[in-house]
Amino acid sequence: MRSISPLTNFCTRGAYMGAIGEYLSSLSLSGLLSRIPAGVSQGLIWALMALGVYITFRILDIADLSVDGTFSTGGAVTVILIIGGMPPALAVLIAFVCGLVAGTVTGLLHTRLGIPAILAGILTQYALYSINLAIMGFKANTAVSADKYSLVVSGRSVNAAIIVSICFVAVIIALLYWFFGTERGMSVRATGCNQQMSKAQGININLNKVIGLALSNGLVALSGSLFAQYSGFADVNSGRGAIVIGLAAVIIGEVIGDAILGKRMNFAFRMIFIAIGAIIYYLIYTLVLWLKMDSNMMKLFTSVIVAICLAVPYLKNARLNSFRRAGKNSQTAVGGKKDA
Amino acid sequence: MLEVINVCKTFDPGTVNEKKALTGVNLKIDEGEFVTVIGGNGAGKSTLLNAVAGVWPVDEGTIKIDGIDVTGIPDYKRAAYIGRVFQDPRAGTASALGIDENLALAGRRGHSRRLVWGISAKQRAEYKERLSDLNLGLEDRITTKMGVLSGGQRQAVTLLMATLQKPKLLLLDEHTAALDPKTAATVLETTEKIVNRDHITTLMITHNMHDAIVHGNRLIMMNNGNIILDISGEDKKKLTVKDLLNEFEKASGEEFANDKAILS
Repeated sequence: MRSISPLTNFCTRGAYMGAIGEYLSSLSLSGLLSRIPAGVSQGLIWALMALGVYITFRILDIADLSVDGTFSTGGAVTVILIIGGMPPALAVLIAFVCGLVAGTVTGLLHTRLGIPAILAGILTQYALYSINLAIMGFKANTAVSADKYSLVVSGRSVNAAIIVSICFVAVIIALLYWFFGTERGMSVRATGCNQQMSKAQGININLNKVIGLALSNGLVALSGSLFAQYSGFADVNSGRGAIVIGLAAVIIGEVIGDAILGKRMNFAFRMIFIAIGAIIYYLIYTLVLWLKMDSNMMKLFTSVIVAICLAVPYLKNARLNSFRRAGKNSQTAVGGKKDA
Repeated sequence: MLEVINVCKTFDPGTVNEKKALTGVNLKIDEGEFVTVIGGNGAGKSTLLNAVAGVWPVDEGTIKIDGIDVTGIPDYKRAAYIGRVFQDPRAGTASALGIDENLALAGRRGHSRRLVWGISAKQRAEYKERLSDLNLGLEDRITTKMGVLSGGQRQAVTLLMATLQKPKLLLLDEHTAALDPKTAATVLETTEKIVNRDHITTLMITHNMHDAIVHGNRLIMMNNGNIILDISGEDKKKLTVKDLLNEFEKASGEEFANDKAILS
């Protein structure tokens, strides 16, 4: 009962081969190479966002979803202020401050009103959607031209953008390294690690959570600000799924960092590798686009990667510590006895 | 040094789980006293320590430390006066931070957390010296993450953290219960050494009656949310485990009689 004869089967296969050949010949290596600098500069801009996610997800042990909103806020505030005549550098600073405020709101919802952290983040993110639209005069996106304004970074001059964003990343990593080594910063790390101990050592854990969330969202808004200038427009949806991309960068960076440095991995290296993780993510993104896959599929792709990376440590442990394994060991032991 | 006046605490009031954990406890501890606390499960030992530490507000009564009424202030502020060591060795330290960082955190207990670098070279030298007192060799690996230390080592470091700045009051909540007997003995010995050296007013819960007799200069026994026995001085020195068991049974016997009274 074969519906397709060997001959037609052969023909379809031939057609497929032809299509694949055509597809492959349409990809040009030089096209990929020419896109790499843009991927690197976007990765560097997103590295700031990934560092923000690292503060909440790894240091505070909170999955903060407000960042999806704050990323767009950073862009919206920046573009509107620049159009309004403000120097772009100052607009970047104000975007950072807006991020601090948004993070503080999430922090207060969580610590003062007892709303679970993840829900507090979702509430802020949801509210920010309206606020971001309002900032942009209820338009979904607003353009800012590199021709009219001297933007801090722009996709028009990719090499300059790379240099500027490297400076931003380096300065932020240095500042974070300093902050988390201070008395206050150390107490923030303790808060994320052990709340009972922190309180016993006189640490105000609620204050520290707010500080961490504010700092994180400040960095995310900073990233959103640079991203809007780089793209030439602010979009109310630009932050959608930002947390997942941030997590992907954190995880890629940690996996690579651990593989290369192992035990020598310290806090400074960790942050550097997170930045590298963000760049690698954007290079993969560039590759996916070069392969002419639909960029909309990237969200699915990213989610799968992040899910796998988050699941691996759990599964490793489960494999060593499973009932199935215990059962197998038991059977072998009993079998061995019978043989004897 | 510590005054607990008529303190009451009921958990889950008005529900089927209602538990009268402290029923008007009165306790006065003088400066330099080392008090051991014993009692059965649910007697209220840990609840008493948590009430003093300020883990939650009490329903009634007053708690004073060194004459200061602390009843209305939360645990992280009371920490300025109190050093604590918990039963779970993981509870007292931050595992992702180094030994030196944990000590530095303890070094700022009761002070503001400033934006200045957390550990100075001088402090690191001081921590090394303090760590060498523990005889665990930790002074040579001061930047090691707390998480890789054994339970006994972690309890010893927690004890050091609690006493790095002399606290007005040291609260030990069965801090050796999760350790193997040999390690437990070492940690207890270290406790005794530090408490005696610095003359720290101490409340130590233990489930080991022998330890409760051997250590400290005063012993209290709790049952049903109150203190049923308070022995100090020469009387405590003469105590035997058998005496304590008799007292304990007497307390339990009363409880049994009460149940019978309700049922009959």
